[in-house]
Amino acid sequence: MAELLFWPAFLAYGEAAFAYAGDARRPGSMGRLATWGVRVGWLVQTALLVAQAAGADAFPWDTWAGSLNLFVWLVVGAYLIWGCKPRFRLLGLVVMPLAALLLAISYLAGGVDGSGESGYSSLFLVAHVGLVLAGFAGLTLAAALAALYLWQERELKRRSSTVLRFRAPSLVTLESLFGRTIAYSLPVLTLGMAVGFARLRHDSQLDPLIVLTVLTWAVYGAFLVLRYGAGWHGRRAAYTTLAGFALVVAMQLSLHMGHFA
Amino acid sequence: MSLVLVGTSHRLSPVEVRERVAFDLAGASELARSMAGEGEAVCLSTCNRTELYLVDPNPDAAERRASEALLGSEVELYRMTDEAAALHLFRVAAGLDSLVPGEGEILGQVRDAYEAGSHGPVLDRLFREALRVGKKVRTETAINESPASVSSAAGALAQQVFGDLTGCRVLLVGAGEVSELAARALAARGATISAVTSRTEANARRLAGAFGARVVPFKDRAAELEQADVVVSSTSAPEPILAPDQIPDRKGRPLFVIDLAVPRDVDPAVARLEDCYLYDIDDLEAVVRESLSGRRREAERAEAIVEREAERFHDWQASLTVVPAIASLRERAESIRSGELAKAEARLEGLSESERRTVESLTTQIVNKLLHVPIVRLKQAAATEGTGYVEVARDLFGLPEDDAGQGRKPRQ
Repeated sequence: MAELLFWPAFLAYGEAAFAYAGDARRPGSMGRLATWGVRVGWLVQTALLVAQAAGADAFPWDTWAGSLNLFVWLVVGAYLIWGCKPRFRLLGLVVMPLAALLLAISYLAGGVDGSGESGYSSLFLVAHVGLVLAGFAGLTLAAALAALYLWQERELKRRSSTVLRFRAPSLVTLESLFGRTIAYSLPVLTLGMAVGFARLRHDSQLDPLIVLTVLTWAVYGAFLVLRYGAGWHGRRAAYTTLAGFALVVAMQLSLHMGHFA
Repeated sequence: MSLVLVGTSHRLSPVEVRERVAFDLAGASELARSMAGEGEAVCLSTCNRTELYLVDPNPDAAERRASEALLGSEVELYRMTDEAAALHLFRVAAGLDSLVPGEGEILGQVRDAYEAGSHGPVLDRLFREALRVGKKVRTETAINESPASVSSAAGALAQQVFGDLTGCRVLLVGAGEVSELAARALAARGATISAVTSRTEANARRLAGAFGARVVPFKDRAAELEQADVVVSSTSAPEPILAPDQIPDRKGRPLFVIDLAVPRDVDPAVARLEDCYLYDIDDLEAVVRESLSGRRREAERAEAIVEREAERFHDWQASLTVVPAIASLRERAESIRSGELAKAEARLEGLSESERRTVESLTTQIVNKLLHVPIVRLKQAAATEGTGYVEVARDLFGLPEDDAGQGRKPRQ
C-alpha cells in the first residue's frame, strides 16, 4: 500500500519541479500547476507515511532511507506554510527538485517500506529522529531562502535589467525570513539532540554522525549569536547559513555511517 | 439593432488632430445624448482616443451621424461594427490598445464614459463586459505589474530591496522636476519623503513643502545619509556630489541610491559598498525597456482572453436578433391554442371547473413542448449561422415580417 502511494507523490513533486522551471522561464504561466503539484504530492506523501506507520510494529523511519522519506515530508510541509505564494515560487525551483530527488533515493534504498525493526523504543525515536529531522527541514528551508537572497542580491548589485521579471520576495523579507527560520529551527534541533544525548550517555557511543550534528548545531548557534549580538546581516549571514547547510547535506550523506546504519 | 463604432486614436491621428475631437466628460455625455436618438450612445474620450459607440437599427445612418460629429471629413476615423467593435472596446479596456500595454488609467476612463453615456441594453452589457474583461486581463496576466517609466521603475526597485516601503525614509538631493517625479512614485508606494536638500534652498523648500519633509542644508547631505533608506539624486552638478567615503556604515541596513542626474551625481564606486545598491538613469531605462517587452509578452496572453470574451459577447448579441421571431412564434402558437379551445367551447360545456383547468394546462404544455426545441435551435443558430434559421421559421410558421429589421444579420 505504502509503496503504491510513492509513485503519485513522486510524480506530483516531479510535476511541481517541472512546472516551477516552466514558470521561471515564463513567469505566471505554470505557477498554479506547480502549487497544486506541491499540495497533492504532500497530501499523498502524508497518506504514504500514515500507511507506513499503520503497517509497522514500531517507529517505521528508523533507517537512513526511511528518515530521508520523513525529512522530505517535513521540508515540503514547511515550504507549504508560505512557499506557495506567487512571490516565493522561485524558492520552489530549489525545494521541489530536491524533494523529488530525495524521495526517489529514499524509495530506491527501501525507505518507503518501513522496517520498524530498531532496538530503540518508538517514543525515543519519535522524539529524537522526529525533532532532529524537523530541525534539519527548517534549516534546509532557511538555506533555500538564503540562496534566493544571494541570487536576488547579486541581480540588484549587477543592476540586471531583468531583476523585476521574476518578482522574488524583497531582500529585506528574505533576510528576515531565513534568520527567523533558523531561530525557530535551532531550538527544535537542540531538543532532538538533547534526547539523543540522554540516550548516548547511557550507551556511550560516539560516531561521525554525532560529530557532524554537533558541528552543524555550533555553526547555526554562532549564526544566531552573531546575528542578534553583533548585528550580522546581509550577505555574510546568507553565506553562513549556506555553510551550515553544507554540513546538513554532509550529514544526510553520512547517515548510513553513523548510528542510523 | 447593430453596434457601430466610429473613432480615432493615437494609432491613426497625431495629437494636433486628436485635440480637435477631444471632449471632457460633460461634453462626452452631451454628445452621447444627442447621438443616441431612438437608440443608444456612449462617447469615450481620453487623451489618446475619441470613440463613439452607437446602437441603432440603421447602422449606415448611425455611422454617418458619428462621422459628422467627429469631423469625419477632416479627421481620419476607423469604423467597426458588432463583434469587431466589441473586440476593440475589450482591447481598449484591457489596455492592449494603449501606448503602454496594460496601463491602468484607461479602465477608469471606460467606466466614466459608460456612466456618462446614454446606454440601453446593448451598450450596458457591452461596457459592463468591457470593464469585467479589463479587470480579468489584469488579474490573469502580469501585463500591468512591471514599471513603464523611469520613476515607477525606481519605485519598483526600491520595493525589491525593502518590500513594503511604509516607513522607508527617502532623501531627495536636488529639487527639480525629475526628483519630484521619482519622489511621487516612491510616496505612492508608501515611502516617507523625509528630507530634501538642494543648492538652491528655495527649490528645496518648495519640494519639501509638497511632501511635508525637512529641508537640509546642502553641505550636510552626507550626515543625512545615516537616517535615509533611499536616496534620489538629481542635481546639475558637473562633478559627483556623493562619494563612497561619505556613506556611513549601514550596519546591515540596505541603502538604495537612485542617480537620475547627467552627469552622474554619485560616484560609481558607491555600488561596490556592501548593502548599497546604486542605479543610474541608464540602468533604470534598461529596466523599463525590459519591463515593456515583458508587458508585450503578456499582451499575447491577454489578446487570447479578449478574443474569447468578444466571441461570447457576439453570441449574446446574436441571440438578440432572434428574440422578435421567437416572440412572434409564441404569440402565433398561443393564438392557435386559444382559438381552437374557443371553437370547442360548445363541446366542453359539460366539464367542471377543475376539468377545464386540466384541459387549459394540457394544451399549454403541448404547445410549450412543441416549441421548446425549435426555440433552442433558433438561439444556437443565431450565434453560429446568422439569421437563416429565423427566415425558415418565419416561412414555416407563417410569421409576420414586420419585425424583419430586428433580425438583420450582424455586419462583420
